[in-house]
Amino acid sequence: MFHDPLMPAAPRCAEVTAEVLSNSPVNGEYRLMELAAPPEVLECHPGQFFQLLCPTSGADQPYLRRPMSIYGYDAAAGRLQFLYKIAGAGTRGLATLRPGDGLNVLGPLGVGFSMPPEWRNLMLVARGVGLATLAPLAKLAQAEGRRLTAICSARRADLAMSTDLFRSYGAEVIVVTDADGSSSVESLRALIGGRIAAGQVDAFYTCGSSRLLRLLQELGAAHGIPGEIAMEQQMACGIGMCQACVRSFRVGDQIVQRRVCREGPVFPIAEAMA
Amino acid sequence: MSDLSTKIGRLTLQNPIMPASGTFSEDLAAVFDLDRIGAHVLKTITAETRSGNPTPRVCELPGGMLNAIGIPSKGIDYFREHALPFWARYSAPLVVSISAHSAAEFATLARAVSLPGVAAIEANISCPNIEADGKAFAMSPESTEAVMRALRGATDLPLWAKLTPNTGEPIEVAQAAEAAGADALVVANTVLGMAIDIESRRPRLGNVMGGMSGPAIKPIALRMTYQCARAVAIPVIGCGGIATLDDVLEFLIAGARAVQVGTETFRSPTVMLRLIEALDQWMAARGIGSLDQIIGTIAAEADEAARHWGAAS
Repeated sequence: MFHDPLMPAAPRCAEVTAEVLSNSPVNGEYRLMELAAPPEVLECHPGQFFQLLCPTSGADQPYLRRPMSIYGYDAAAGRLQFLYKIAGAGTRGLATLRPGDGLNVLGPLGVGFSMPPEWRNLMLVARGVGLATLAPLAKLAQAEGRRLTAICSARRADLAMSTDLFRSYGAEVIVVTDADGSSSVESLRALIGGRIAAGQVDAFYTCGSSRLLRLLQELGAAHGIPGEIAMEQQMACGIGMCQACVRSFRVGDQIVQRRVCREGPVFPIAEAMA
Repeated sequence: MSDLSTKIGRLTLQNPIMPASGTFSEDLAAVFDLDRIGAHVLKTITAETRSGNPTPRVCELPGGMLNAIGIPSKGIDYFREHALPFWARYSAPLVVSISAHSAAEFATLARAVSLPGVAAIEANISCPNIEADGKAFAMSPESTEAVMRALRGATDLPLWAKLTPNTGEPIEVAQAAEAAGADALVVANTVLGMAIDIESRRPRLGNVMGGMSGPAIKPIALRMTYQCARAVAIPVIGCGGIATLDDVLEFLIAGARAVQVGTETFRSPTVMLRLIEALDQWMAARGIGSLDQIIGTIAAEADEAARHWGAAS
């Protein structure tokens, strides 16, 4: 088949109706939805996402699909998981789904995280639902035998997401909170700087927060540490057609526009613009 | 299997379902076999590279969405060197949508894209974002005729004129395009609109105004398709809010020889395949052998009523 390196073939994706197995709160803010999904949507890679056709509920009529990063996938078991916070018409609709209901999903979409062999010691830094996006990455890191440190930021310790899950993947988990000031940029700079000085960081992974992005860009530039970030942008189609979800990136001395859904959602930390 | 083929001037399409420009790209090849649809209508290209509008570029509304993408374009060289070779693997006719700021620039671009592998040119003379305050060539018969004449002189390929629903003179504009040599009309494009976030009091689009699309605009596009199909002899291709088989049939009955499906592909990338299958089954169940038994078969009393609205007879 014709192949143009400038126009790489999109990864296969499919539009299917998955069955809701469970959909319940995991704490005061977040809900976990598990779906039974067919094999054609389960060849996922950490960092990829799905576009969910959220049901209408009450006055909410979400017209467009909602992008949602994958929290967990298991092709052998036929399972797909999403962790979400009710934040608008789409997620309000998702929260109404009960076991046995169908949910139309499109995916897996986008380009996920990379994990070059020389990245032996990985540091994950994220806050809130951003940690959900990094969960499949932590699982892969364990499978690949990488050393993993997860810095989980939250308002309070009891709101830190997925810490047990990260521990189950063999990660050293460090919870930092607004409550005790340990989540401040200054505290994190000292914490991460200490790990870098000890030679314990080959690469960073993060998701979402502009504040964390700027800190990791600063530390990465100062110490020559690469890394990747999963980014968000409002989307319409999710597969590259509509060009709604562009963001600006700094590449050399140029600013370029890239589609978060197609060239991303994962990008080099050094090129991302907060 | 019914015969779903339809003729748009000298082009024969295997079925009447094709994408609307801007809602279709090579990325869709990851989802289904693109040779199953009637034609491939590409996103509008311009001669120069354009980065497009600031974000947010889309905003969701009940029954549809607003967009102000701003025609980001990699320019004509990229089209020739990368897009055209990609599409050459398919046998569905390739329709290249073009836009420019003047009749002369339109003509130059039409000449440049008149290449082997291109089956037709769709002149996007209606995109409401590209000109100041949403003005476009297809707002008036005079500017429509001028730009279509320039295009006609520049290419021998079939020329489709994509009209705007924002004009108050749809019939005159359609007739002007026909008189200037258009081979078909695409009716229509997005409806110029706006939305405001009441908390921030900011427009919900980075470009302030944008084009409304989706099921909410279907009655407008259907009305204009009906008006135009009555007013011209060239084929009309319906476009605007089409999401279901009933929508497709309404446009065909109103006089469209084919339809373009746009925004619904954002909700369901496989919708065009479902529409083709549903149309086939609907025709087979009724013993309808060809689309000619559907196209333009609107009940006669509509014609009488249409005269009261000042529609051409």
